[in-house]
Amino acid sequence: MWKFGIVFILSFPAVVKGQSPEELLRQVRLKLEKVNDYEASGKMKTNVVFIKTPIASVRVYYKKPNKLRINNESGISLIPKGAMNINVNNIFPDNAAFDIIDVGKENGTGLRIIKLLPRNDTAEVVLSTLYIDEQQFLIKKTKTTTKDNGTYELEMFYGKYIAYGLADKIIFSFNTKDYKLPKGVTFDYDDGNTKGKQQEADKVKNRKGKVEITYSSYIINKGVPDSVFR
Amino acid sequence: MLRLLQLEIYKIFKRPRTYISFAVITLIILLIQIGLKFGGKEYVGMIMSGMSGTFEIPPGDILNGYFICFFCLTMLLIHVPILVALIAGDMVSGEANMGTLRILVSKPVSRTRLLLVKFTASVFYTLLLLLWMALLSLIVSMLVFGTNSLFVPRELEANIISESDVLWRYFAAFGFAAVAMIMVAAMAFMFSVFADNSIGPIVGTVCVIIVFTILTQMQIPFYDETIKPYLFTTHMLGWKGFFYVKGIEGTTVDGSVENISSIVKSALILVGYAALFLLIAVWYFRKKNILT
Repeated sequence: MWKFGIVFILSFPAVVKGQSPEELLRQVRLKLEKVNDYEASGKMKTNVVFIKTPIASVRVYYKKPNKLRINNESGISLIPKGAMNINVNNIFPDNAAFDIIDVGKENGTGLRIIKLLPRNDTAEVVLSTLYIDEQQFLIKKTKTTTKDNGTYELEMFYGKYIAYGLADKIIFSFNTKDYKLPKGVTFDYDDGNTKGKQQEADKVKNRKGKVEITYSSYIINKGVPDSVFR
Repeated sequence: MLRLLQLEIYKIFKRPRTYISFAVITLIILLIQIGLKFGGKEYVGMIMSGMSGTFEIPPGDILNGYFICFFCLTMLLIHVPILVALIAGDMVSGEANMGTLRILVSKPVSRTRLLLVKFTASVFYTLLLLLWMALLSLIVSMLVFGTNSLFVPRELEANIISESDVLWRYFAAFGFAAVAMIMVAAMAFMFSVFADNSIGPIVGTVCVIIVFTILTQMQIPFYDETIKPYLFTTHMLGWKGFFYVKGIEGTTVDGSVENISSIVKSALILVGYAALFLLIAVWYFRKKNILT
Protein backbone atom coordinates (compact mmCIF):
# COMPACT_ATOMS: atom_id res chain seq x y z
CA MET A 1 0.00 0.00 0.00
CA TRP A 2 2.80 2.43 0.98
CA LYS A 3 4.55 1.63 -2.34
CA PHE A 4 1.40 2.56 -4.22
CA GLY A 5 1.23 5.82 -2.27
CA ILE A 6 4.83 6.73 -3.18
CA VAL A 7 4.22 5.98 -6.87
CA PHE A 8 1.09 8.15 -6.80
CA ILE A 9 2.87 11.08 -5.10
CA LEU A 10 5.80 10.86 -7.50
CA SER A 11 3.63 10.73 -10.56
CA PHE A 12 1.22 13.53 -9.50
CA PRO A 13 3.28 16.48 -10.79
CA ALA A 14 3.55 14.74 -14.17
CA VAL A 15 -0.19 14.49 -14.28
CA VAL A 16 -0.72 18.13 -13.46
CA LYS A 17 1.75 19.60 -15.89
CA GLY A 18 3.70 18.59 -18.87
CA GLN A 19 1.47 15.79 -20.00
CA SER A 20 1.72 14.79 -23.63
CA PRO A 21 -1.41 15.67 -25.59
CA GLU A 22 -1.98 11.97 -26.29
CA GLU A 23 -1.91 11.23 -22.58
CA LEU A 24 -4.21 14.16 -21.82
CA LEU A 25 -6.70 12.98 -24.41
CA ARG A 26 -6.48 9.47 -23.01
CA GLN A 27 -7.31 10.78 -19.54
CA VAL A 28 -10.21 12.82 -20.89
CA ARG A 29 -11.50 9.81 -22.74
CA LEU A 30 -11.19 7.66 -19.63
CA LYS A 31 -13.52 10.04 -17.85
CA LEU A 32 -15.97 10.12 -20.72
CA GLU A 33 -15.93 6.35 -21.03
CA LYS A 34 -17.53 6.02 -17.63
CA VAL A 35 -20.74 6.90 -19.43
CA ASN A 36 -22.22 4.15 -21.59
CA ASP A 37 -25.53 5.91 -22.05
CA TYR A 38 -27.61 8.66 -20.58
CA GLU A 39 -30.99 10.26 -20.73
CA ALA A 40 -30.98 13.92 -19.79
CA SER A 41 -33.79 16.42 -19.30
CA GLY A 42 -33.32 20.09 -19.87
CA LYS A 43 -34.48 23.37 -21.35
CA MET A 44 -33.33 24.39 -24.80
CA LYS A 45 -33.16 28.02 -25.87
CA THR A 46 -32.59 28.79 -29.53
CA ASN A 47 -31.18 32.12 -30.63
CA VAL A 48 -31.12 32.45 -34.40
CA VAL A 49 -31.78 35.75 -36.10
CA PHE A 50 -34.53 34.51 -38.42
CA ILE A 51 -36.47 32.44 -35.90
CA LYS A 52 -38.54 33.22 -32.87
CA THR A 53 -39.31 30.10 -30.91
CA PRO A 54 -40.35 29.27 -27.35
CA ILE A 55 -37.93 27.74 -24.85
CA ALA A 56 -38.32 24.00 -25.34
CA SER A 57 -38.33 21.20 -22.80
CA VAL A 58 -36.02 18.62 -24.28
CA ARG A 59 -34.87 15.12 -23.54
CA VAL A 60 -31.41 14.21 -24.79
CA TYR A 61 -30.49 10.57 -25.30
CA TYR A 62 -26.96 9.28 -25.77
CA LYS A 63 -25.62 5.78 -26.27
CA LYS A 64 -22.09 4.64 -27.00
CA PRO A 65 -20.34 4.95 -29.33
CA ASN A 66 -21.98 7.93 -31.04
CA LYS A 67 -25.75 7.75 -30.94
CA LEU A 68 -27.39 11.00 -29.90
CA ARG A 69 -30.93 12.26 -30.13
CA ILE A 70 -32.61 15.42 -28.93
CA ASN A 71 -36.38 15.16 -28.51
CA ASN A 72 -38.61 18.11 -27.87
CA GLU A 73 -41.14 16.96 -25.28
CA SER A 74 -43.83 19.26 -26.64
CA GLY A 75 -43.94 21.57 -29.60
CA ILE A 76 -41.84 21.70 -32.72
CA SER A 77 -38.36 20.18 -32.57
CA LEU A 78 -35.93 22.72 -33.92
CA ILE A 79 -32.62 20.90 -33.88
CA PRO A 80 -29.61 22.58 -35.51
CA LYS A 81 -27.65 20.56 -38.01
CA GLY A 82 -24.45 19.35 -36.45
CA ALA A 83 -26.11 18.96 -33.06
CA MET A 84 -24.35 15.58 -32.85
CA ASN A 85 -21.37 17.63 -31.79
CA ILE A 86 -22.95 18.55 -28.48
CA ASN A 87 -21.52 15.23 -27.35
CA VAL A 88 -17.76 15.44 -27.17
CA ASN A 89 -17.45 11.69 -27.72
CA ASN A 90 -18.52 12.37 -31.27
CA ILE A 91 -15.73 14.87 -31.80
CA PHE A 92 -12.83 12.52 -31.18
CA PRO A 93 -14.03 8.93 -31.27
CA ASP A 94 -10.57 7.49 -31.85
CA ASN A 95 -7.05 8.93 -31.36
CA ALA A 96 -5.70 6.91 -34.25
CA ALA A 97 -7.94 8.76 -36.69
CA PHE A 98 -6.26 12.12 -35.98
CA ASP A 99 -2.95 13.88 -36.04
CA ILE A 100 -2.68 15.65 -32.73
CA ILE A 101 -1.16 19.14 -32.47
CA ASP A 102 -0.38 20.65 -29.09
CA VAL A 103 -0.85 24.41 -29.29
CA GLY A 104 -0.08 25.17 -25.66
CA LYS A 105 -2.18 27.07 -23.20
CA GLU A 106 -4.86 29.68 -23.82
CA ASN A 107 -4.04 33.06 -22.35
CA GLY A 108 -6.22 33.97 -19.43
CA THR A 109 -7.99 30.68 -18.88
CA GLY A 110 -4.91 28.44 -18.88
CA LEU A 111 -6.84 25.80 -20.80
CA ARG A 112 -4.70 23.47 -22.88
CA ILE A 113 -5.41 23.80 -26.58
CA ILE A 114 -5.17 20.67 -28.68
CA LYS A 115 -5.95 20.52 -32.34
CA LEU A 116 -7.10 17.33 -34.05
CA LEU A 117 -6.52 16.94 -37.76
CA PRO A 118 -8.38 14.02 -39.32
CA ARG A 119 -6.14 11.67 -41.29
CA ASN A 120 -8.99 10.78 -43.60
CA ASP A 121 -9.03 13.32 -46.44
CA THR A 122 -12.69 12.71 -47.15
CA ALA A 123 -13.87 13.27 -43.59
CA GLU A 124 -16.55 15.95 -43.11
CA VAL A 125 -14.62 17.43 -40.19
CA VAL A 126 -11.58 19.40 -41.29
CA LEU A 127 -10.26 20.47 -37.90
CA SER A 128 -11.28 20.14 -34.26
CA THR A 129 -9.84 22.30 -31.51
CA LEU A 130 -10.27 21.23 -27.91
CA TYR A 131 -9.81 23.47 -24.90
CA ILE A 132 -9.05 21.16 -21.99
CA ASP A 133 -8.88 21.71 -18.25
CA GLU A 134 -5.75 19.68 -17.46
CA GLN A 135 -6.42 19.39 -13.75
CA GLN A 136 -9.89 17.92 -14.09
CA PHE A 137 -9.49 16.26 -17.49
CA LEU A 138 -12.51 18.11 -18.78
CA ILE A 139 -13.16 19.55 -22.19
CA LYS A 140 -14.43 23.08 -21.61
CA LYS A 141 -14.74 24.25 -25.18
CA THR A 142 -14.49 22.84 -28.70
CA LYS A 143 -14.38 24.31 -32.16
CA THR A 144 -15.14 22.03 -35.08
CA THR A 145 -14.61 23.17 -38.64
CA THR A 146 -16.46 21.18 -41.28
CA LYS A 147 -16.28 21.05 -45.05
CA ASP A 148 -19.87 21.93 -45.82
CA ASN A 149 -21.51 23.23 -42.66
CA GLY A 150 -19.17 25.89 -41.37
CA THR A 151 -17.80 25.96 -37.85
CA TYR A 152 -19.46 24.63 -34.73
CA GLU A 153 -18.47 25.83 -31.28
CA LEU A 154 -19.37 24.13 -28.06
CA GLU A 155 -18.92 25.56 -24.59
CA MET A 156 -19.57 23.41 -21.56
CA PHE A 157 -20.23 24.39 -17.98
CA TYR A 158 -19.91 21.67 -15.38
CA GLY A 159 -21.60 21.12 -12.06
CA LYS A 160 -23.32 18.13 -10.48
CA TYR A 161 -22.23 15.60 -13.11
CA ILE A 162 -18.60 16.67 -13.40
CA ALA A 163 -17.39 13.21 -12.34
CA TYR A 164 -18.81 11.78 -15.56
CA GLY A 165 -17.59 14.64 -17.74
CA LEU A 166 -21.18 15.65 -18.38
CA ALA A 167 -22.05 19.33 -18.52
CA ASP A 168 -24.88 21.07 -16.67
CA LYS A 169 -25.11 23.63 -19.40
CA ILE A 170 -23.90 23.75 -22.96
CA ILE A 171 -23.83 26.53 -25.51
CA PHE A 172 -23.69 25.30 -29.07
CA SER A 173 -22.92 27.87 -31.76
CA PHE A 174 -23.25 27.24 -35.47
CA ASN A 175 -23.28 29.07 -38.79
CA THR A 176 -26.73 29.92 -40.07
CA LYS A 177 -27.59 29.82 -43.72
CA ASP A 178 -29.76 32.46 -45.41
CA TYR A 179 -33.48 32.25 -44.83
CA LYS A 180 -35.97 33.72 -47.22
CA LEU A 181 -39.34 32.61 -48.48
CA PRO A 182 -41.00 34.08 -51.54
CA LYS A 183 -43.74 36.51 -50.55
CA GLY A 184 -46.06 34.73 -52.99
CA VAL A 185 -45.97 31.74 -50.65
CA THR A 186 -46.43 33.64 -47.43
CA PHE A 187 -48.72 36.57 -48.42
CA ASP A 188 -47.08 38.57 -45.63
CA TYR A 189 -48.83 41.38 -43.81
CA ASP A 190 -46.62 44.44 -43.65
CA ASP A 191 -46.95 45.49 -40.01
CA GLY A 192 -44.42 48.25 -40.41
CA ASN A 193 -41.42 46.12 -39.46
CA THR A 194 -40.71 44.55 -42.85
CA LYS A 195 -38.20 47.17 -43.99
CA GLY A 196 -36.20 46.94 -40.78
CA LYS A 197 -36.21 43.17 -40.92
CA GLN A 198 -35.01 43.23 -44.55
CA GLN A 199 -32.07 45.46 -43.60
CA GLU A 200 -31.33 43.26 -40.58
CA ALA A 201 -31.50 40.12 -42.71
CA ASP A 202 -29.08 41.61 -45.25
CA LYS A 203 -26.65 42.51 -42.46
CA VAL A 204 -26.64 39.17 -40.71
CA LYS A 205 -26.07 36.79 -43.57
CA ASN A 206 -23.94 33.84 -42.43
CA ARG A 207 -24.12 34.96 -38.83
CA LYS A 208 -23.85 32.61 -35.87
CA GLY A 209 -26.84 30.92 -34.34
CA LYS A 210 -26.80 29.68 -30.79
CA VAL A 211 -28.51 26.91 -28.87
CA GLU A 212 -28.30 26.74 -25.09
CA ILE A 213 -29.27 23.58 -23.25
CA THR A 214 -29.49 23.73 -19.47
CA TYR A 215 -29.74 20.23 -18.08
CA SER A 216 -31.77 19.62 -14.95
CA SER A 217 -31.02 15.92 -14.55
CA TYR A 218 -29.17 12.96 -16.06
CA ILE A 219 -30.01 9.29 -15.81
CA ILE A 220 -26.63 7.67 -16.41
CA ASN A 221 -25.87 4.08 -17.41
CA LYS A 222 -29.41 2.82 -16.89
CA GLY A 223 -29.79 1.73 -20.50
CA VAL A 224 -31.37 3.56 -23.45
CA PRO A 225 -33.26 1.45 -26.03
CA ASP A 226 -32.07 1.68 -29.64
CA SER A 227 -35.60 2.48 -30.72
CA VAL A 228 -35.16 6.00 -29.29
CA PHE A 229 -32.58 6.82 -31.97
CA ARG A 230 -34.71 5.78 -34.93
CA MET B 1 -87.25 46.89 -38.09
CA LEU B 2 -86.50 43.39 -36.80
CA ARG B 3 -89.28 41.99 -38.94
CA LEU B 4 -87.72 43.69 -41.96
CA LEU B 5 -84.32 42.26 -41.09
CA GLN B 6 -85.78 38.77 -40.72
CA LEU B 7 -87.40 39.20 -44.12
CA GLU B 8 -84.13 40.25 -45.73
CA ILE B 9 -82.24 37.35 -44.14
CA TYR B 10 -85.01 35.01 -45.30
CA LYS B 11 -84.64 36.37 -48.84
CA ILE B 12 -80.87 35.77 -48.75
CA PHE B 13 -81.16 32.19 -47.59
CA LYS B 14 -84.02 31.42 -49.97
CA ARG B 15 -81.73 32.00 -52.90
CA PRO B 16 -79.77 28.92 -54.05
CA ARG B 17 -76.69 31.05 -54.86
CA THR B 18 -76.27 31.74 -51.14
CA TYR B 19 -75.39 28.12 -50.58
CA ILE B 20 -72.86 28.12 -53.41
CA SER B 21 -70.52 30.10 -51.15
CA PHE B 22 -70.86 27.63 -48.30
CA ALA B 23 -70.36 24.72 -50.71
CA VAL B 24 -67.28 26.34 -52.27
CA ILE B 25 -65.71 26.98 -48.87
CA THR B 26 -66.46 23.44 -47.76
CA LEU B 27 -64.97 22.03 -50.95
CA ILE B 28 -61.78 24.14 -50.79
CA ILE B 29 -61.12 23.40 -47.12
CA LEU B 30 -61.77 19.69 -47.59
CA LEU B 31 -59.44 19.63 -50.61
CA ILE B 32 -56.72 21.39 -48.58
CA GLN B 33 -57.20 19.01 -45.65
CA ILE B 34 -57.15 15.90 -47.85
CA GLY B 35 -54.15 17.18 -49.80
CA LEU B 36 -52.16 17.94 -46.67
CA LYS B 37 -53.20 14.71 -45.00
CA PHE B 38 -51.63 12.71 -47.81
CA GLY B 39 -48.95 15.03 -49.16
CA GLY B 40 -48.42 17.49 -46.35
CA LYS B 41 -44.89 16.42 -45.56
CA GLU B 42 -43.70 17.34 -49.06
CA TYR B 43 -45.46 20.69 -48.83
CA VAL B 44 -43.96 21.40 -45.42
CA GLY B 45 -40.57 20.39 -46.84
CA MET B 46 -41.01 23.07 -49.50
CA ILE B 47 -42.00 25.68 -46.89
CA MET B 48 -39.05 24.68 -44.73
CA SER B 49 -36.54 24.75 -47.57
CA GLY B 50 -35.36 28.17 -46.40
CA MET B 51 -34.30 26.68 -43.07
CA SER B 52 -33.22 23.21 -44.09
CA GLY B 53 -29.59 24.33 -44.36
CA THR B 54 -29.52 25.23 -40.68
CA PHE B 55 -32.09 23.05 -38.91
CA GLU B 56 -33.56 19.62 -39.01
CA ILE B 57 -37.27 19.92 -38.40
CA PRO B 58 -39.56 16.88 -38.56
CA PRO B 59 -42.44 17.86 -40.89
CA GLY B 60 -44.82 15.87 -38.69
CA ASP B 61 -44.34 18.38 -35.88
CA ILE B 62 -45.37 21.26 -38.09
CA LEU B 63 -48.30 19.59 -39.79
CA ASN B 64 -51.02 20.01 -37.18
CA GLY B 65 -54.53 21.45 -36.99
CA TYR B 66 -53.35 24.97 -36.22
CA PHE B 67 -50.97 25.02 -39.19
CA ILE B 68 -53.69 23.64 -41.52
CA CYS B 69 -56.05 26.39 -40.36
CA PHE B 70 -53.37 29.03 -40.95
CA PHE B 71 -52.81 27.62 -44.43
CA CYS B 72 -56.57 27.60 -45.16
CA LEU B 73 -56.95 31.20 -44.04
CA THR B 74 -53.96 32.33 -46.11
CA MET B 75 -55.46 30.70 -49.18
CA LEU B 76 -59.08 31.61 -48.54
CA LEU B 77 -59.18 35.10 -47.10
CA ILE B 78 -57.94 36.43 -50.42
CA HIS B 79 -60.80 34.74 -52.25
CA VAL B 80 -63.68 34.85 -49.77
CA PRO B 81 -64.39 38.48 -50.77
CA ILE B 82 -65.59 37.12 -54.11
CA LEU B 83 -68.12 34.95 -52.29
CA VAL B 84 -69.19 37.87 -50.13
CA ALA B 85 -69.71 39.96 -53.26
CA LEU B 86 -72.03 37.28 -54.66
CA ILE B 87 -74.66 38.20 -52.09
CA ALA B 88 -73.87 41.76 -51.06
CA GLY B 89 -73.62 42.84 -54.70
CA ASP B 90 -77.14 41.58 -55.30
CA MET B 91 -78.87 43.13 -52.30
CA VAL B 92 -80.30 46.21 -54.03
CA SER B 93 -79.55 45.62 -57.69
CA GLY B 94 -81.28 42.23 -57.49
CA GLU B 95 -84.47 43.93 -56.31
CA ALA B 96 -84.16 46.52 -59.08
CA ASN B 97 -83.62 43.78 -61.63
CA MET B 98 -86.70 41.83 -60.52
CA GLY B 99 -88.77 45.01 -60.29
CA THR B 100 -89.46 44.60 -56.58
CA LEU B 101 -87.44 47.65 -55.51
CA ARG B 102 -90.37 50.00 -56.12
CA ILE B 103 -92.67 47.89 -53.92
CA LEU B 104 -90.01 47.74 -51.24
CA VAL B 105 -89.45 51.49 -51.19
CA SER B 106 -93.18 52.17 -51.11
CA LYS B 107 -93.32 50.59 -47.63
CA PRO B 108 -93.64 52.98 -44.69
CA VAL B 109 -89.94 52.74 -43.91
CA SER B 110 -87.35 55.38 -44.74
CA ARG B 111 -84.94 54.59 -47.53
CA THR B 112 -81.99 54.98 -45.16
CA ARG B 113 -83.44 52.50 -42.71
CA LEU B 114 -84.32 50.11 -45.53
CA LEU B 115 -80.78 50.25 -46.83
CA LEU B 116 -79.25 49.76 -43.39
CA VAL B 117 -81.45 46.72 -42.83
CA LYS B 118 -80.36 45.27 -46.15
CA PHE B 119 -76.74 45.92 -45.29
CA THR B 120 -77.17 44.32 -41.86
CA ALA B 121 -78.60 41.25 -43.57
CA SER B 122 -75.54 41.00 -45.84
CA VAL B 123 -73.30 41.42 -42.77
CA PHE B 124 -75.19 38.56 -41.13
CA TYR B 125 -74.52 36.38 -44.19
CA THR B 126 -70.85 37.40 -44.21
CA LEU B 127 -70.40 36.53 -40.55
CA LEU B 128 -72.16 33.20 -41.01
CA LEU B 129 -69.84 32.41 -43.90
CA LEU B 130 -66.79 33.21 -41.75
CA LEU B 131 -68.17 31.15 -38.89
CA TRP B 132 -68.59 28.21 -41.26
CA MET B 133 -65.03 28.73 -42.45
CA ALA B 134 -63.75 28.82 -38.87
CA LEU B 135 -65.66 25.67 -37.99
CA LEU B 136 -64.24 23.74 -40.94
CA SER B 137 -60.71 25.12 -41.06
CA LEU B 138 -60.02 25.31 -37.33
CA ILE B 139 -62.25 22.87 -35.47
CA VAL B 140 -62.25 20.08 -38.06
CA SER B 141 -58.49 20.47 -38.67
CA MET B 142 -57.83 20.31 -34.92
CA LEU B 143 -59.88 17.11 -34.73
CA VAL B 144 -58.28 15.49 -37.76
CA PHE B 145 -54.66 16.64 -37.41
CA GLY B 146 -54.41 17.28 -33.67
CA THR B 147 -52.73 20.32 -32.15
CA ASN B 148 -49.15 21.38 -31.52
CA SER B 149 -47.15 24.59 -31.64
CA LEU B 150 -47.90 26.75 -34.66
CA PHE B 151 -45.22 27.39 -37.26
CA VAL B 152 -45.77 30.69 -39.03
CA PRO B 153 -43.65 31.05 -42.20
CA ARG B 154 -42.83 34.63 -43.10
CA GLU B 155 -40.79 36.09 -45.90
CA LEU B 156 -37.81 37.03 -43.70
CA GLU B 157 -38.30 34.99 -40.55
CA ALA B 158 -40.30 32.19 -39.02
CA ASN B 159 -42.28 32.38 -35.80
CA ILE B 160 -43.08 29.37 -33.65
CA ILE B 161 -45.93 29.92 -31.22
CA SER B 162 -46.55 27.67 -28.21
CA GLU B 163 -49.64 25.50 -28.45
CA SER B 164 -51.20 27.20 -25.41
CA ASP B 165 -50.74 30.62 -27.01
CA VAL B 166 -52.42 29.93 -30.35
CA LEU B 167 -56.18 29.68 -29.92
CA TRP B 168 -56.83 33.27 -28.77
CA ARG B 169 -54.89 34.45 -31.83
CA TYR B 170 -57.34 32.62 -34.07
CA PHE B 171 -60.32 34.26 -32.33
CA ALA B 172 -58.65 37.64 -32.83
CA ALA B 173 -57.77 36.80 -36.45
CA PHE B 174 -61.34 35.74 -37.26
CA GLY B 175 -62.57 38.93 -35.60
CA PHE B 176 -60.26 40.98 -37.81
CA ALA B 177 -61.29 38.95 -40.87
CA ALA B 178 -64.91 39.76 -40.06
CA VAL B 179 -64.10 43.49 -40.19
CA ALA B 180 -62.31 43.00 -43.52
CA MET B 181 -65.16 41.00 -45.04
CA ILE B 182 -67.77 43.50 -43.83
CA MET B 183 -65.77 46.15 -45.63
CA VAL B 184 -65.93 44.09 -48.83
CA ALA B 185 -69.66 43.59 -48.29
CA ALA B 186 -70.02 47.37 -47.95
CA MET B 187 -68.20 47.93 -51.22
CA ALA B 188 -70.26 45.35 -53.10
CA PHE B 189 -73.39 46.78 -51.48
CA MET B 190 -72.48 50.27 -52.66
CA PHE B 191 -71.99 49.03 -56.23
CA SER B 192 -75.31 47.25 -55.89
CA VAL B 193 -77.07 50.55 -55.16
CA PHE B 194 -75.62 52.07 -58.34
CA ALA B 195 -76.74 49.25 -60.64
CA ASP B 196 -79.98 47.77 -61.86
CA ASN B 197 -78.68 44.27 -62.42
CA SER B 198 -76.63 41.95 -60.23
CA ILE B 199 -73.83 41.09 -62.61
CA GLY B 200 -72.27 44.56 -62.67
CA PRO B 201 -71.79 45.00 -58.90
CA ILE B 202 -70.53 41.45 -58.39
CA VAL B 203 -68.07 41.58 -61.28
CA GLY B 204 -67.08 45.15 -60.35
CA THR B 205 -66.27 44.12 -56.77
CA VAL B 206 -64.33 41.09 -57.93
CA CYS B 207 -62.34 43.18 -60.43
CA VAL B 208 -61.43 45.80 -57.80
CA ILE B 209 -60.31 43.05 -55.41
CA ILE B 210 -58.22 41.32 -58.08
CA VAL B 211 -56.48 44.53 -59.17
CA PHE B 212 -55.84 45.65 -55.58
CA THR B 213 -54.60 42.21 -54.51
CA ILE B 214 -52.14 42.13 -57.40
CA LEU B 215 -50.91 45.61 -56.46
CA THR B 216 -50.56 44.52 -52.84
CA GLN B 217 -48.51 41.46 -53.72
CA MET B 218 -46.31 43.13 -56.35
CA GLN B 219 -42.97 44.10 -54.86
CA ILE B 220 -42.42 47.22 -56.92
CA PRO B 221 -40.92 49.99 -54.75
CA PHE B 222 -42.90 52.73 -56.52
CA TYR B 223 -46.21 51.16 -55.47
CA ASP B 224 -44.86 50.27 -52.00
CA GLU B 225 -44.47 53.93 -51.17
CA THR B 226 -47.37 55.48 -53.05
CA ILE B 227 -50.39 53.24 -53.47
CA LYS B 228 -50.04 50.24 -51.19
CA PRO B 229 -50.58 51.99 -47.84
CA TYR B 230 -54.01 53.13 -49.06
CA LEU B 231 -55.24 49.89 -50.58
CA PHE B 232 -57.74 48.05 -48.43
CA THR B 233 -56.30 44.74 -49.67
CA THR B 234 -53.02 45.66 -47.91
CA HIS B 235 -54.88 46.04 -44.64
CA MET B 236 -57.11 43.01 -45.16
CA LEU B 237 -54.04 40.86 -44.40
CA GLY B 238 -53.95 42.39 -40.93
CA TRP B 239 -55.35 39.19 -39.39
CA LYS B 240 -51.88 37.74 -39.88
CA GLY B 241 -50.45 40.34 -37.54
CA PHE B 242 -51.89 38.37 -34.62
CA PHE B 243 -49.50 35.55 -35.53
CA TYR B 244 -46.41 37.76 -35.64
CA VAL B 245 -44.91 37.55 -32.17
CA LYS B 246 -42.31 39.54 -30.28
CA GLY B 247 -39.04 37.86 -29.48
CA ILE B 248 -36.26 38.43 -26.96
CA GLU B 249 -32.96 36.93 -28.14
CA GLY B 250 -34.84 34.54 -30.39
CA THR B 251 -37.32 33.44 -27.72
CA THR B 252 -40.98 34.15 -28.36
CA VAL B 253 -42.85 36.18 -25.80
CA ASP B 254 -46.11 34.37 -25.07
CA GLY B 255 -49.20 36.49 -25.54
CA SER B 256 -47.32 39.18 -27.45
CA VAL B 257 -48.09 40.71 -30.83
CA GLU B 258 -45.22 42.24 -32.79
CA ASN B 259 -47.01 45.44 -33.75
CA ILE B 260 -50.52 45.74 -32.35
CA SER B 261 -50.80 49.42 -33.30
CA SER B 262 -50.34 48.50 -36.95
CA ILE B 263 -53.19 45.98 -36.69
CA VAL B 264 -55.44 48.52 -35.00
CA LYS B 265 -54.55 51.05 -37.71
CA SER B 266 -55.41 48.53 -40.43
CA ALA B 267 -58.71 47.68 -38.71
CA LEU B 268 -59.59 51.37 -38.43
CA ILE B 269 -58.77 51.93 -42.11
CA LEU B 270 -61.05 49.03 -43.04
CA VAL B 271 -63.83 50.36 -40.80
CA GLY B 272 -63.31 53.76 -42.41
CA TYR B 273 -63.64 52.31 -45.90
CA ALA B 274 -66.77 50.37 -44.88
CA ALA B 275 -68.35 53.51 -43.39
CA LEU B 276 -67.44 55.52 -46.48
CA PHE B 277 -68.93 52.95 -48.86
CA LEU B 278 -72.07 52.70 -46.75
CA LEU B 279 -72.46 56.48 -46.57
CA ILE B 280 -72.09 56.79 -50.34
CA ALA B 281 -74.64 54.01 -50.78
CA VAL B 282 -77.15 55.74 -48.46
CA TRP B 283 -76.56 59.13 -50.05
CA TYR B 284 -77.06 57.73 -53.55
CA PHE B 285 -80.03 55.55 -52.63
CA ARG B 286 -81.86 58.41 -50.98
CA LYS B 287 -81.90 60.36 -54.24
CA LYS B 288 -82.10 57.38 -56.56
CA ASN B 289 -84.87 57.49 -59.12
CA ILE B 290 -86.64 54.18 -58.82
CA LEU B 291 -89.39 54.95 -61.28
CA THR B 292 -87.30 54.40 -64.35
